[in-house]
Amino acid sequence: MGQVIEGRDGPWEMVIGLETHAQVVSKAKLFSGASAEFGAAPNSHVGFLDAGMPGMLPVVNGVCVEAAVKTGIALNAAINLVSIFDRKNYFYPDLPLGYQISQFSDPIVGKGHLDIETEAGPKRIGITRLHLEQDAGKSLHDQDPLRTFIDLNRAGVGLMEIVSEPDIRSGEEAAAYVAKLREILEDLGVCDGNMEEGSLRCDVNLSLRRPGGPLGTRTEIKNINSIRFIRQAIACEAARQIEILEEGGKILQETRLFDPDIGETRAMRSKEESHDYRYFPDPDLPPLILDQTYVDQIRATMPEMRGDRRRRLERDNIPAANVEIITSSAKSMNYFTDMSENFEDKILASNIMVNEIMPRVFYRNSNPDIERLRPSEANTIINMISSGNISGRQAKEAFEFMWEEGKSAADVVAERGLAQMSDDGAIKALVDQVVAANPDKVAEYRSGKTKLIGFFVGQVMKASQGKANPQAVNALLMARLDA
Amino acid sequence: MSLDRDTVARIAGLARIRVDADELDGLAGELNAILNWVEALNAVPTDGVEPMIAVGATRAPFRDDVVTEGDQADAVLKNAPDPVPPFFTVPKVIE
Amino acid sequence: MADLSELLALGIADARDGLRARRFTARELTSAYLAAMDEARALNLYITETPERALADADLADARLQAGHAEAMTGMPIALKDLFCTEGVRTTAASRILGDFMPPYESTVSGKLRAAGAVLLGKANQDEFAMGSSNITSAFGPSINPWRVTGAGVGEALTPGGSSGGSAAAVAAGAAIAATGTDTGGSIRQPAAYCGVVGLKPTYGRCSRWGVIAFASSLDQPGPIARSVEDAAIMLGAMAGHDPKDSTSAAQPVPDFEAALQGGVKGMCVGVPKDYRVDPMPPDVEAAWARGVEMAKAAGAEIVEVSLPMTKPALPTYYIVALAEASANLARYDGVRYGARQEGADLAEMYAATRAEGFGAEVRRRILIGTYVLSAGYYDAYYKKAQRVRALIAQDFSTAFQSVDVLLTPTAPGPAFGLNEKTEDPVAMYLNDVFTVPASLAGLPAMSVPIGLTASGLPLGLQVIGRPFDEASVLRLGRAIEDAAGFDRSPRLLAGGV
Ligand SMILES: [Mg+2]
Ligand SMILES: [Zn+2]
Repeated sequence: MGQVIEGRDGPWEMVIGLETHAQVVSKAKLFSGASAEFGAAPNSHVGFLDAGMPGMLPVVNGVCVEAAVKTGIALNAAINLVSIFDRKNYFYPDLPLGYQISQFSDPIVGKGHLDIETEAGPKRIGITRLHLEQDAGKSLHDQDPLRTFIDLNRAGVGLMEIVSEPDIRSGEEAAAYVAKLREILEDLGVCDGNMEEGSLRCDVNLSLRRPGGPLGTRTEIKNINSIRFIRQAIACEAARQIEILEEGGKILQETRLFDPDIGETRAMRSKEESHDYRYFPDPDLPPLILDQTYVDQIRATMPEMRGDRRRRLERDNIPAANVEIITSSAKSMNYFTDMSENFEDKILASNIMVNEIMPRVFYRNSNPDIERLRPSEANTIINMISSGNISGRQAKEAFEFMWEEGKSAADVVAERGLAQMSDDGAIKALVDQVVAANPDKVAEYRSGKTKLIGFFVGQVMKASQGKANPQAVNALLMARLDA
Repeated sequence: MSLDRDTVARIAGLARIRVDADELDGLAGELNAILNWVEALNAVPTDGVEPMIAVGATRAPFRDDVVTEGDQADAVLKNAPDPVPPFFTVPKVIE
Repeated sequence: MADLSELLALGIADARDGLRARRFTARELTSAYLAAMDEARALNLYITETPERALADADLADARLQAGHAEAMTGMPIALKDLFCTEGVRTTAASRILGDFMPPYESTVSGKLRAAGAVLLGKANQDEFAMGSSNITSAFGPSINPWRVTGAGVGEALTPGGSSGGSAAAVAAGAAIAATGTDTGGSIRQPAAYCGVVGLKPTYGRCSRWGVIAFASSLDQPGPIARSVEDAAIMLGAMAGHDPKDSTSAAQPVPDFEAALQGGVKGMCVGVPKDYRVDPMPPDVEAAWARGVEMAKAAGAEIVEVSLPMTKPALPTYYIVALAEASANLARYDGVRYGARQEGADLAEMYAATRAEGFGAEVRRRILIGTYVLSAGYYDAYYKKAQRVRALIAQDFSTAFQSVDVLLTPTAPGPAFGLNEKTEDPVAMYLNDVFTVPASLAGLPAMSVPIGLTASGLPLGLQVIGRPFDEASVLRLGRAIEDAAGFDRSPRLLAGGV
């Protein structure tokens, strides 16, 4: 595999493990009743627990537990029926309790795996664990020359930390892993996957070794919030480590930050000291115990994952380009399923989805406007096409009117006179009319210029104001002219 | 196990409590007295005994995912030592 | 209006009857207590007094009594240990580090008492963050025990015990009709014993910890301190109950504790654990215990000697568990969001100075030990080991409770000691809790009830320990001993004048 980096005196291999923090989609925080919503006024989404006030106690949010179980199932992982919340002790101004409530020795989700696509084919990346923990607040260092400002809105928001095995060997694999993980989280609806807002962020653990050789010392690059930056950070950090190693230097085990502006990683000053987190079970929280029936119930109601959906669409012979677009988000996949329900011609449905629905309903992908053009309405239209009630062109118009005017499919078709003429008698009358009006063209046709059929079809369609079913027109014309 | 000055200084650092150099020896003596006394526990056989991590309530209850608190920045900041509303502040941190 | 000393002599049950019969008003009762607080000021019982609030509460209580909506605690002038957060009333935990912290919320337990119509006299003194057995760690100076050795001078002041020393002393001195305390390793029972009053630590989970400043979360439990077993039962009823805001709160029905008192102890099986002895065992304590056993027997209980072999390791176990938890619980006091900040050149200095200046010596010592026993390389040897021994201690009790209904032991290995004794050696101080910590570690209900006086005239208490959530049996045996002992609860200091 093309995974080695040619160094000055021999090849190097990267060993990468990722820790991904995914913010759980929930109304309230992991242990308090304050809102978990992003982007509110500073310190307006802060409960007394989130501010570390004396005597305040945590109570776990059931939705966050459910999210962890769902994700664990999707990652083919063991769900631990008994897990423990631990305190991870350290001081930082945006950590109001002086400890983070996390899970250390007994996480809610154990070992699992995730399959990614690489240039060399599919590859399985091991999942070490998934645990629930609180997010920290935000420190703003650039507001005042002498002080750091603290906003605790995010303090206590529920996070799932998903830790991979060190199975990743390149920036591309890391990117594929994160993309696949994001896809799963979005499909489950447990995380919105928005990396810019920090809903999904990665720590990269990276070391280098001679292929097959012993593991080297690793560094941790913290809090990378885009897939592109992950790739870049890995490239920069690998280059930095190779340079040090080839000079005969040693890699320090340290925490680093990636600066995308200058394309470099640098050591974090505030995390320099070695940590001793003094984990111990949080005595404010009894063990998190799940019933097997609870887990089974979640398992039974898991939404279809995108990989499965993709395979299903491919089985229906839908063109690959359409599959890619339709499966780009959980919501578009669900829309397509609803829209094409009880409809045989999945290829036609996929074309309508890609050409008519996606540019309208999903033009803002993160926040689609499904109410404005519901899948059931789109379903009505595609059924009209297949039953020959309207033409493709009429369907196009219908979607436009429905989108602009917010009316139902039936109303738009009726009001705009879009219903197709498929009554043979009526079309036959128009055919007779056109044949009678063009005796010279009929003669030419009959003398062998059969290409003129197009002219006749066009005339009949025009006479029907575009409402005639073109196939029926064609058949009736041929019958009449060839008679 | 016996605590020396350096260990006391390290522990005080972890606990973020300033201990002056001239206090270290005295503190090490006091802490050692307590730790030596506590070491009587080593005499209790505990092989195969599960650590007790919870008393009473055997499982964590779940809260509904409902917003019950918030929009109280004034109350949250009311006791703050050096606030610049709506923020808390600390001496500048360099990351 | 009734005579002041007559009013102050009433317990909760009698005061309730008097209020309902309109023999006096809540305002009159409260005013009598405010006067008594003035009188007892030299005892340093309160950190913060709230006389205006008390009178306003009393007027509300009178309106309720008038309207016929009174509950058992309506109009009762009480003290709250200064560990209970009170909305708009300064709460200090007897520490400098909280500064003038004004909670924007009310603890569940104090809120329940308030809702029941209790009158807040003030916030009682205590050991700093409940860490101590003598009240000397309070940043506001210690409370003083109203009891004094027979013939002793004023200078020979005694500790009221700790950490709920201000609460117990206030009740003993007649400066509150009753008070809340919190008990982590004996902090309700030991001061109750030293002050000659009744102190009940309920089953862990019986009373909500929400809004109570934490010392050690797996041990802390609020409870009542009162003049009689009956008063403690009434007050516990107003404090107890499931609280969804506390994950460790028990979803258990709250029985009518006052009614349960009527049951008596006939046929009750009382275990006497022979392991509850120190070496040497003070003869006063041994004799008092024997008297209690006789009283129980005379009241119809069956006496069984039992063995609790894990009693001795309980104390070191307790200190490891409690201090580890405390080291994390007290991490939030960092000068960032509330409390007294000490300036520093940078963040690290600000933290270190704030916590060095804000915490007293004993609290600093305990945080350091707690930090150490959790630190890398020591966790298994100390903390995990202690949690295993703790499991054995709990097991010890459940074995005993297969054959007995309650256990009867001394509360403390001696009576109140001088304020300046035992300050040099922290371990000697910790030994005061030797009989109270085992029940704490097992989360069991336990009560101290006065049994009599030592030869030198100081009160001694006996401890009754019950099965989980069986406070009723604990109260019943306590009541039987109280009845038999006929303890004269007037402390020497007040009797002789300050
Ligand atoms: Mg990490
Ligand atoms: Zn994490």
